[in-house]
Amino acid sequence: MCEISSAEGRIKRGVEGSRGVEARMYDKIKIIAGIIIFLIIMLTPFWYNSLTGKAAYVPQLKIGTDARQCVENTSYMKSNHMDLLNKWKESVVREGMRVHKTRDGKLYVISLTGTCLNCHSSKAQFCDRCHDYAGAKPQCWDCHIVPNNAVSSRQEE
Amino acid sequence: MLDRRKFLKLTGSSIAGLSLSSAFNILPKGLFANTPKQKITSYIRKWGMTVDLDACAKRPGCRDCIDACNIIHNIPDLGSPKEEVKWIWKSPYPTVFPEHIHIINREEIKNLPVMVLCNHCDNPPCVKVCPTKATWKREDGIIMMDYHRCIGCRYCMAACPYGARSFNWFDPRLFLKTVYQDFPTRTKGVVEKCNFCEERLVRGLLPACVEVCKENALIFGDLAVIDSDVTKMLKQRHSIVRKPHLGTEPKVFYIL
Repeated sequence: MCEISSAEGRIKRGVEGSRGVEARMYDKIKIIAGIIIFLIIMLTPFWYNSLTGKAAYVPQLKIGTDARQCVENTSYMKSNHMDLLNKWKESVVREGMRVHKTRDGKLYVISLTGTCLNCHSSKAQFCDRCHDYAGAKPQCWDCHIVPNNAVSSRQEE
Repeated sequence: MLDRRKFLKLTGSSIAGLSLSSAFNILPKGLFANTPKQKITSYIRKWGMTVDLDACAKRPGCRDCIDACNIIHNIPDLGSPKEEVKWIWKSPYPTVFPEHIHIINREEIKNLPVMVLCNHCDNPPCVKVCPTKATWKREDGIIMMDYHRCIGCRYCMAACPYGARSFNWFDPRLFLKTVYQDFPTRTKGVVEKCNFCEERLVRGLLPACVEVCKENALIFGDLAVIDSDVTKMLKQRHSIVRKPHLGTEPKVFYIL
């Protein structure tokens, strides 16, 4: 009996204690309103995207060629083209090897401006659109020159 | 039925067999494959050049080689000698050959400007100092630059005794009159120099400076071949190199 009553006492004191905290929350309305306003402002990008539907935006790329197959398959090129370009760079500059052999045995001259941009004839509508969307800033074009035809189709756009 | 002894034998050998394949994967690739290392050429060339001072002097003020090189390599014209970018250029004889200033049988030659370019040394000091291996000696002797790797520390410029390297203090594209499509420009903050027209050699063409010279003052060829133009020239005429005492073993020879 003695133990039970003390336990009851603890529970009672706990309840009283929490009531006490609740009672001591000054400026309750202001604080809660402040938190709500803060959350609204902080989460603006989420509201904005869900209301305008901009988050669902995916860049539409103009491939620029009728060819069915790139130097590797499309899914590899989508996710790994930067690795391939790095390998190409090493291959040409450091090993003097300027020919790429695909898995099905086709040969391509390794050249960013000559081979890649020959098919993907618009840098602005192919490379740039996705890079801008993904926030990627490749440094290729600091030195490599965008071929004239790829520049002109940019102007058309 | 398998007896205990046979079972243990089989288990042991199959585990050993399974581990064998992964053991092979640890070994370097190509150790057992019959793929020969890719070479730049089928046999090793050794590119070199001769510069005939007399032939060059036949056309005073000629800049054909300089202009051709500047155009096809997108070399900017910065105008100021302190910041200029140069691959092939003219320099006064006493500056080029301080150790050959004593020549008295050919007094007049000392007044001629001399064409100078990267010597593509056999023992290149620039390659030794490069911390990123952005510059290296190819099998065919060309001292290459990998502009992707250059961090612009300019150690190579300090090491080169011929001043053959230039630093891009500015974005070179701002100073190009025309942009040559088939060759990249450089970017601000990298070192550049003559590449012996490596991009033309691979297509079977001579270096641009050699091709445009109307007096054939520049002769380019394979030093490893006995009857190449450059070897013949070196056999027939007296030649000197720049600063031979430094032991850099230049592969650009000057015919006097």
